Amino acid sequence: MTKPTNTGGGPLIALGCEGSANKLGIGIISHDPTTGKTAVLANIRHTFVSPPGTGFLPKDTAKHHRTFFARIALAALRAAKVTPSQLACICYTKGPGMGAPLQSVAVAARTLSLLWDRPLVGVNHCVGHIEMGREITGATNPVVLYVSGGNTQVIAYAEQRYRIFGETLDIAVGNCLDRFARTLAISNDPAPGYNIELLARKGGAVLLDLPYAVKGMDCSFSGILGAADILAAQMRAQDKILETEGPGALKEGETRITPEDLCFSLQETVYAMLVEITERAMAHVGSAQVLIVGGVGCNERLQAMMGSMAAERGGSVYATDERFCIDNGIMIAHAGLLAYETGFVTPLAESTCTQRFRTDEMLIKWRDD
Amino acid sequence: MTDDTEPQQFPLPAILTYPSSKTPELITQGAEGRLYKTTYLLPSVPCALKYRPPKPWRHPVLDARLTRHRILSEARVLVKCRREGVAVPAVYAVDEAAGWLALEWVAGAPVRVGVNEWLRRRRDSERAAGRGGDAVVTGDAPGDADLVALMRRIAGALGRMHKVGIVHGDLTTSNMMLRPWGEGRERPANGHAGGQGDGLLEGEIVLIDFGLAGQSTSDEDRAVDLYVLERAFASTHPRAEALFSTVLESAYREAFKQAPIVLKKLEEVRMRGRKRSMLG
Repeated sequence: MTKPTNTGGGPLIALGCEGSANKLGIGIISHDPTTGKTAVLANIRHTFVSPPGTGFLPKDTAKHHRTFFARIALAALRAAKVTPSQLACICYTKGPGMGAPLQSVAVAARTLSLLWDRPLVGVNHCVGHIEMGREITGATNPVVLYVSGGNTQVIAYAEQRYRIFGETLDIAVGNCLDRFARTLAISNDPAPGYNIELLARKGGAVLLDLPYAVKGMDCSFSGILGAADILAAQMRAQDKILETEGPGALKEGETRITPEDLCFSLQETVYAMLVEITERAMAHVGSAQVLIVGGVGCNERLQAMMGSMAAERGGSVYATDERFCIDNGIMIAHAGLLAYETGFVTPLAESTCTQRFRTDEMLIKWRDD
Repeated sequence: MTDDTEPQQFPLPAILTYPSSKTPELITQGAEGRLYKTTYLLPSVPCALKYRPPKPWRHPVLDARLTRHRILSEARVLVKCRREGVAVPAVYAVDEAAGWLALEWVAGAPVRVGVNEWLRRRRDSERAAGRGGDAVVTGDAPGDADLVALMRRIAGALGRMHKVGIVHGDLTTSNMMLRPWGEGRERPANGHAGGQGDGLLEGEIVLIDFGLAGQSTSDEDRAVDLYVLERAFASTHPRAEALFSTVLESAYREAFKQAPIVLKKLEEVRMRGRKRSMLG
């Protein structure tokens, strides 16, 4: 790898701006070219939380990002004790993500780039997750399960690309969980998926029947969401009957549906699907390492299931905590800096963003294994 | 399916713990389950036992439901193929509750092994003749007749399977066996083309591993089936990739009435790839 020489040989520092969904994150990272060490100097995040029963709309989310960008950027610089002149580049999420939030952060990143006269580096959001996961966990060449509100992919590296072996055919697993949280009007604070996980821990008396949709290494979640919504409607009908007719009014043999059991059943079903497609990819590429990235990767039940599967195959699971799993600026800074070190910059005229940007479109020049 | 991890000692399914004249032999461990070689009823009848072990990380109710469903579905597809004259292993016995399926043992080697060995020998003989040996196989050279004939037999087998309303779901050259010609399974009149292969590519095509198969007569599903094979073929045997479109397609076209429409659909599937761009 050829390192840029204009920095005098010291560590390279990059600032990363992420805002592809409802999290605005700014992170500052440093790569030391002599020791090869990476240091997280700042990782600040501010989340747009919508009221229970609603999701985050692009317009409101973009407004949130615009409102908080300067504040978060200053906080990150202060936390890192870094001045703009020390930065090698400004990295930002080029995509994929929601259009309006992406745009507002891209505009802000361009502004910083012009203001401080630093080059821009556009980063693929998914590659950011993967590279940060590898850095934090030390997994060298794992099969990657990338699960978030917008993405569900099983990925493995081959010949300078992160290749997608399997993915969702409709909505992302996180989207399925978020929307079900809306059905139950569960709080979106700190995250709907986390609150589902807490409820699920109290459930488990019964496993309610939900569809199971795996096709080879692909899967589908929209039918499961539909079925879970129907069960939730049945639960509300039971509530009404019990309220008006008193206890014991349910039909003989009818299962009393509870929010806890609904959350439990939903988790058990969708995570079993994710573990299955990951296992198939592992058997296919002959790897025993799994790395889970993306917001849903914080889920401890998913991590436990994956760990049990990986152990049976003689391997292990690598996962990170919410600081790095959930969208953040540091992963954009990290992946951007890796690209910058290979000589990659995004000229201002090309510093666009895009809702559609597949993981395998990005040439991974910094890996040569 | 391959796995580079250490071979592990797994507990045998109950069916394989009964006294038997032959110890069961673990053949492969895929993502789905384990394949053992054992015998069925008589020590002289070899049998493949596909065992789907319980997955402890899955909820037991869900695990039992999935195992049961998948074993029954695979057995149904195999029985249907068999009844309609498609060469697949016979189903000897099923216990969906215990998670196993006993199938006829198919003799011979996977097509992948035969083709790779054939390509290796061809390269060696090219090199011996002072040529580079990296030339792609076009099918035009007289020595290629063996491989061309094999591709035609593969196309015929796929055509027969699609014709009876089955799609395989996981077509690769590892999931096709070359069973030696034998009693009741005579080589077709034009079966042997007199190439250089020394019988390497001889044999009847038997399709195996219907774990992802389903019943469908949709042109889309059939085209995707062919596309999966095309991709697998290109990555497994890159030097013979060109033969796929030339030979396999032309032979498949004659296999059944709908085939030309399926091939038209295949063009579409190729254009869009398996993957679509999706919203982040």
